[in-house]
Amino acid sequence: MASVGIHDVRKSFGSVEVIHGVDISISDGEFVVLVGPSGCGKSTLLRMIAGLEQITGGEISIGERVVNLVPPKERDIAMVFQNYALYPHMTVQDNMAFSLKLAKAESAEIERRVKEAAEILGLGAYLERYPRQLSGGQRQRVAMGRAIVRDPQVFLFDEPLSNLDAKLRVQMRTEIKALHQRLTTTSVYVTHDQIEAMTMADRIVVMHDGIVEQIGSPLELYDHPANMFVAGFIGSPAMNFIEGRVARDAGETRIVSADGVRLPVPQTLQAADGHKVVYGVRPEHIELANGAGGVPAEVSVIEPTGAYTLAFVKMADAEVCAMFDERHAFRPGETISLAPRTDLVHVFDAETGRRL
Amino acid sequence: MAVDVNQRRAPAAIEQPGRLKRLSRSKGMMSLWFMMPAATILLLFLAYPLGLGVWLGFTDAKIGRSGVFIGLENYAWLFDDPVFWLAVFNTFLYTVVASIVKFGLGLWLALILNHHLPFKAILRAVVLLPWIVPTVLSAIAFWWIYDAQFSIISWTLVKLGILTEYIDFLGDPANARASVIAANIWRGIPFVAITLLAGLQTIPQSLYEAAVIDGASPWQRFRYVTFPMLTPIIAVVMTFSVLFTFTDFQLIYVLTRGGPLNATHLMATLSFQRAIPGGQLGEGAAIAVSMIPFLLAAILFSYFGLQRRRWQQGGSD
Ligand SMILES: Nc1ncnc2c1ncn2[C@@H]1O[C@H](COP(=O)(O)OP(=O)(O)O)[C@@H](O)[C@H]1O
Ligand SMILES: [Mg+2]
Repeated sequence: MASVGIHDVRKSFGSVEVIHGVDISISDGEFVVLVGPSGCGKSTLLRMIAGLEQITGGEISIGERVVNLVPPKERDIAMVFQNYALYPHMTVQDNMAFSLKLAKAESAEIERRVKEAAEILGLGAYLERYPRQLSGGQRQRVAMGRAIVRDPQVFLFDEPLSNLDAKLRVQMRTEIKALHQRLTTTSVYVTHDQIEAMTMADRIVVMHDGIVEQIGSPLELYDHPANMFVAGFIGSPAMNFIEGRVARDAGETRIVSADGVRLPVPQTLQAADGHKVVYGVRPEHIELANGAGGVPAEVSVIEPTGAYTLAFVKMADAEVCAMFDERHAFRPGETISLAPRTDLVHVFDAETGRRL
Repeated sequence: MAVDVNQRRAPAAIEQPGRLKRLSRSKGMMSLWFMMPAATILLLFLAYPLGLGVWLGFTDAKIGRSGVFIGLENYAWLFDDPVFWLAVFNTFLYTVVASIVKFGLGLWLALILNHHLPFKAILRAVVLLPWIVPTVLSAIAFWWIYDAQFSIISWTLVKLGILTEYIDFLGDPANARASVIAANIWRGIPFVAITLLAGLQTIPQSLYEAAVIDGASPWQRFRYVTFPMLTPIIAVVMTFSVLFTFTDFQLIYVLTRGGPLNATHLMATLSFQRAIPGGQLGEGAAIAVSMIPFLLAAILFSYFGLQRRRWQQGGSD
């Protein structure tokens, strides 16, 4: 096991720079998830850690060693690919044993390690099968087995669950997390799915267009998103954004939307009167107002899911989603009164997108 | 259950009169009709000449005289004919050496072309050239290259001071064999290279990346990933390559006509030589027929080589 350091790393393909100076330091044994929309450079960054892509600028270190010029096989990492990349002409056993064979390990040792990995992953009965004869989930396990067998310093995962169906994805998510708790090997996991990131990560790195937007624990990102991008990316359903201006009168601070609706904010807000801002509130932080002081909202769609109720409404000149634990039977067109939870709303600078 | 089926079938028996009509409309009959044109053409142009050739091999037919059945006499005669055995030896030498070299160079070329090269598309087109040019044309070109007085190879070597006199490419038995094999290789490489290149391109890049991370050297990547995944297509390509080489005729006939001293006679050229210029149709046919067992062996080899390997079976991707 080892720490991983990424210092001002840049990557260009030809003249196009796709990673613009990324700094991440990953501690020994940590499970870090790189998350971001497709095309933001997650895979490229991971492949630079693996040594599959040249590093254009900056430095990557594994443990104490700078690995910029170290070939992949000497980096002591293992990687799980999105399409599994199992050798189709080798049995499960041979797939898992391949790296050890190349390293000239003793056959008894190889057998012991493959058995052990197969046991952890429940693959014991499939050792003689070929990849084609396995289901998607089983192939995924073999790919992980191939990584485990090597007992590397770092595990790298590139969207390993994207090819699985939704149910299996949830199951494998838990399995990978349990596996990490058991092996405690430093892991870097790439995904575009924020739920995967939230459920698995010790720490999440949110990437966007080749830069890091924010690094933090799942709850830190949820509670204190550094900017509108992170706020909108983390959490599901996504945070609602309403444009407005800061209004201070009679010693009270409010956000006033374009159509004059007054939205409540914490009184500690540091912003000048009249400053253009974006008001952010998560669907689960909107409640039904009892009595006066609510914000009027016109219901357009109600989605009852059983566990909770989603209401899509028009409020303060914006499309807003509200989530209720209780069941409500509002009718479309009906006007209801909603109250954002003042202590949990976010205010962002309209110009920079930064949190205020 | 069985009773049930019988009962259900019973009404059909009553409709007996309409049966022929229904049969002609049934699926099986229909497909037979559709197969007829193709089957006729195959029978006419493949089976008939083949059958005729086999029959001629058992006769003493000459040009202008249909022969009578003489049993295995032609074959007995050939069995004692040293020229025939020389041709068999030549054919094997030609096929084995040319096929091995074509495979080696073709695979090498395919591996190179599979890399990111500048002008990749142009290079691939250039590689195909020897294959596109009609055989007779390229044979004539080689005839010039190998010419005793005008050979460009000899000329270059002499000018460079490596040789003092011109090489007798086609006049010396050993040189002639090497020369015709070289010409065949030149002509056959594109087929092998381009087909193997197509095979190489079906191997996913991520397998190589996985192998790199697993610690495989370039040679090990070839040995454990590329080669095993290429074996099915290698089986196909090499079967065809062997068949083409074994039955080669044009190159030899233009370059040497089997000479000198029959050193380059293949079974195909000898068969033609005896049958048409020599007039011994029966004997020529017998030589041609004696190629069949070897060709069958090659086809059997391909049949087993073409069978889907166990790792290719089952499941989907
Ligand atoms: N080999 C390559 N050549 C050129 N551009 C590439 C290459 N690989 C990735 N890119 C570009 O780099 C950017 C980041 O890609 P990638 O890391 O695969 O994104 P992600 O994994 O986050 O979806 C994309 O804009 C992509 O088009
Ligand atoms: Mg990716």
